[in-house]
Amino acid sequence: MSVVTFISHDGEKHEAPLEDGESLMQIAVSNMVPGIDGDCGGEAACGTCHVIVDDSWADAVGRSTSVEEEMLAMNPEREPTSRLSCQMTMSENCDGLVVRLPEFQM
Amino acid sequence: MGASHAGAQVAASLRQEGWDGEVVLVGDEAALPYQRPPLSKAYLVGRSSREELAIRKTEFYAKQEIRLVRATVTSIDRAAGCVVTSEGETLAYDGLALCTGGRARRLFLPGSDLPGIHYLRTFADVETIRESALPGRHAVIIGGGYIGLETAASLRALGLEVTVLEAAERVLERVTAPEVSTFYERVHREAGVDIRTRALVESLVGDLRVREAILAGGERIPTDLVIVGVGLVPSTELAVDAGLEVEDGIVIDDHARTSDGRIVAAGDCASHRMARYDRLVRLESVPSAAEQAKTAAATLCGRERPIAALPWFWSDQYDLKLQIAGLNTGYDEVVINGDPAGDRDFSCYYLQRGLLIAADCVNRPRDFVWAKQALSKGLEVDREQLEDLVAS
Repeated sequence: MSVVTFISHDGEKHEAPLEDGESLMQIAVSNMVPGIDGDCGGEAACGTCHVIVDDSWADAVGRSTSVEEEMLAMNPEREPTSRLSCQMTMSENCDGLVVRLPEFQM
Repeated sequence: MGASHAGAQVAASLRQEGWDGEVVLVGDEAALPYQRPPLSKAYLVGRSSREELAIRKTEFYAKQEIRLVRATVTSIDRAAGCVVTSEGETLAYDGLALCTGGRARRLFLPGSDLPGIHYLRTFADVETIRESALPGRHAVIIGGGYIGLETAASLRALGLEVTVLEAAERVLERVTAPEVSTFYERVHREAGVDIRTRALVESLVGDLRVREAILAGGERIPTDLVIVGVGLVPSTELAVDAGLEVEDGIVIDDHARTSDGRIVAAGDCASHRMARYDRLVRLESVPSAAEQAKTAAATLCGRERPIAALPWFWSDQYDLKLQIAGLNTGYDEVVINGDPAGDRDFSCYYLQRGLLIAADCVNRPRDFVWAKQALSKGLEVDREQLEDLVAS
């Protein structure tokens, strides 16, 4: 089974099964990963699904798109590999992906 | 009770908070709990499916041992601690969450029960609209609020001729500043929508289905279908019958508790006595339903998690993403950043007694994020700071 790993701000690990074609936010919500809200349902309107992609994965999953950039720009916890997980569609290539969560969502 | 955004979130949050007893989610629709905001947008234009809009999949409910019951609740017996469903089932409870939402406000006019007159609240409503929303047909939308305007944009995308009839002086009158209303009237007109303000519908006429809307003053507007978006009526009847305090919505405190300590409420049906605004506020918004639901679940589990998040909203029309931070009720002036008369992006900041209380941001997510953070943190932003921001 393919998995993705969410690491909370205090270091706790949550593994979730990867579903091909789903967004990373949807996977987090389906698996009740604490710290990812996805309030707007994936419209990039709320910024409550912010994740920081592990450096080793940054190139593989790609950088933030312009719409994410706009939402993340004013976020104090923003890092170079920050993404909105609702805009990250998962495929089998993402097996093993590791992302960190910020301390606070928007 | 109620299996939409709030109810589904209470159920999930109960498990997250460690509730190890039974969880039963009672809802009256056949579908799994689903995202309602896309109904007037992506779902109406056929860009998303029922399956894609499910908040969570079937397996989630199975895995979390959340039992889904398709029924309505017909009564609450607080003394006995149970509810009775329309299927005749009696469900005993240790904790009860009222997430009954609301229903589209009905129009009562001569002819308002003719076939071809639609409301928009559920999958089924939209599927019926889609059947008759064919290119070249003429739709009349009654109500220039968010639902009406989003629907207008979607129907234009489907190739219909669209007329919006708004009784007030301007669209979005109840919720935004005149500058924002003028902006939306302009972009809809540019998109070919016939926006009529101060347009009072007197009757709807037709034969086998609606054919014309007749305005006060006598003008007749031909139409193939009518969509009514004139607000929502919170579903509070059961709460009233059960003797709970109801004022517009079911009254809740910062812990989502109703006037009965074993009963919580969340979502469109709840009137929250909000410390931030020092009054009862009933919000119709997904983020607020989610926030109240998380608190409701924590309260049922005996944990403290007061409702704290700043209210916020969004609306998508055409290429325009409107994001709203805070409530502008009671504003006495606005500061505009950008040119709403000419451009497709700007922000409207609302001030009360010289301080920022809310912001409407169109295609300006940075402004929105900034305002939301400032308001959430309770920072005092004054007129001068806003003007500096606009000038920079």
